[in-house]
Amino acid sequence: MLKVAYYPGCSGQGTSLEYDTSTRAVCKALDVELVDIPDWSCCGSSPAHTVNHVLSAALSARNLAQVETMGMTKAATPCPSCLTNLRTAAHKMDDPEFKDKVNALLDVPCRNAVDTQSVLQVLAENVDPELIKGKVVKPLTGIKIACYYGCIMNRPPEVMRFDHHENPMAMDNLMALLGAEVVPFPLKVECCGASYGIPRGDIVHRLSGKLLDAGRDVGADAIVTACPLCQMNLDLRQGQINDALRENFRIPVFYYTQLLGYALGIDRAELGFEKLCVDPRLALGRIKQPQQAM
Amino acid sequence: MQIFNLADADQGFIDEVEARSHQNVKTCYQCGNCTAGCPYTFVYDYSVSQIMRLVQTGQKDAVLKCRSIWLCGSCQSCTTRCPNKIDVAQVMDVCRHMAREEGYATERSVKIFADSFLESVERHGRAYELGLMASYMTRSGRVFTDVDLAPQVLMRGKLPFKPHPIQGREQVTRIFERFRKGGKNA
Repeated sequence: MLKVAYYPGCSGQGTSLEYDTSTRAVCKALDVELVDIPDWSCCGSSPAHTVNHVLSAALSARNLAQVETMGMTKAATPCPSCLTNLRTAAHKMDDPEFKDKVNALLDVPCRNAVDTQSVLQVLAENVDPELIKGKVVKPLTGIKIACYYGCIMNRPPEVMRFDHHENPMAMDNLMALLGAEVVPFPLKVECCGASYGIPRGDIVHRLSGKLLDAGRDVGADAIVTACPLCQMNLDLRQGQINDALRENFRIPVFYYTQLLGYALGIDRAELGFEKLCVDPRLALGRIKQPQQAM
Repeated sequence: MQIFNLADADQGFIDEVEARSHQNVKTCYQCGNCTAGCPYTFVYDYSVSQIMRLVQTGQKDAVLKCRSIWLCGSCQSCTTRCPNKIDVAQVMDVCRHMAREEGYATERSVKIFADSFLESVERHGRAYELGLMASYMTRSGRVFTDVDLAPQVLMRGKLPFKPHPIQGREQVTRIFERFRKGGKNA
């Protein structure tokens, strides 16, 4: 059984609780053991790297050092923002001078011996698609999905080292495997407006509005994401976007783990569909009920 | 149109941006690929390729005073698509660091949001979303920010009312304290 250290990220305890619970549930179902980093702290997210790169790396490296203490070399996080910070910290610490500056801020020094991946990468590269297929009890047949990866899970490729930086396919392939009709989505790595929702809502309304518009254009019943911030901008702020752009979008925005969990027949309580702001029932209703065995 | 006097180039500024970003800005030949893919140009005062040119020509004041460096979302489109492999987003980030250090806050709300976020992390070890919202609203005076979202957020239990303090929060606080002692040379 594959074992990785698990970094949930701050939003997993609040605004994206359902991403955390569904991630844990699908990993369990697919025999990927997530071992919680016992006293993990915030990676610093965007605010830290906009202030100073050593500070940002130190906030991440405290967590990497904890993974080292656990005797593990591989970590996984569902959140692309955490992922970027953890991977960028490790990448920059390849420079010994930078690493010394980071360790000068830490109580417990970081050896920089941990590889952090997105949970999506762990699933895509370590779990046999046939195993997933064999565990599907409710195929997603009938629903049309646009997969939206967000801007930083795959970029820049030198740091992220996963999938394609302009046309990633990991989520598309997974959703297709589950039986969904995956529509080509041209804006799959465009930025949603990131963390500007609070200080400059107008930016998020415009950029996330473009994504919803594209989703509608390609005829998607729903958008599927892998990022708590993208999901929040597209879902929680969809009403604001409609007001700002005089639009009438009603596109549900799922985490890919919620639909994966649905297909695997995982208890709905762990999938948290009721946490979504745009009602997902119409989209879920498009999924054809499996035929009873004759 | 703005005119910049190239004889006014601040070589020290060019050197500092290059040293701190580990990028050679001289290799930018203004193809505009970064600007073509930048989703934020519509709110910028200088496009990202213009920022690169201003850095190349040592126009320190224009760069550190501008809005664009505060509004870059670090989406990495420019970095990914630069034909000369310049980490453009890193250059934008470094310019923002330098602007902060020199006391600029051209996009005040963006700076306050970042400060409120980090203050929350320094205090609790993790980001406490409700607390940082309150801090942001108090400090920015924008007390009605996102109040329209409150019903959804509360009804769906998206924001816990209490922070999640961690055992090692003092370790996190010390990261910030040591950083402030070290200043920009940290």
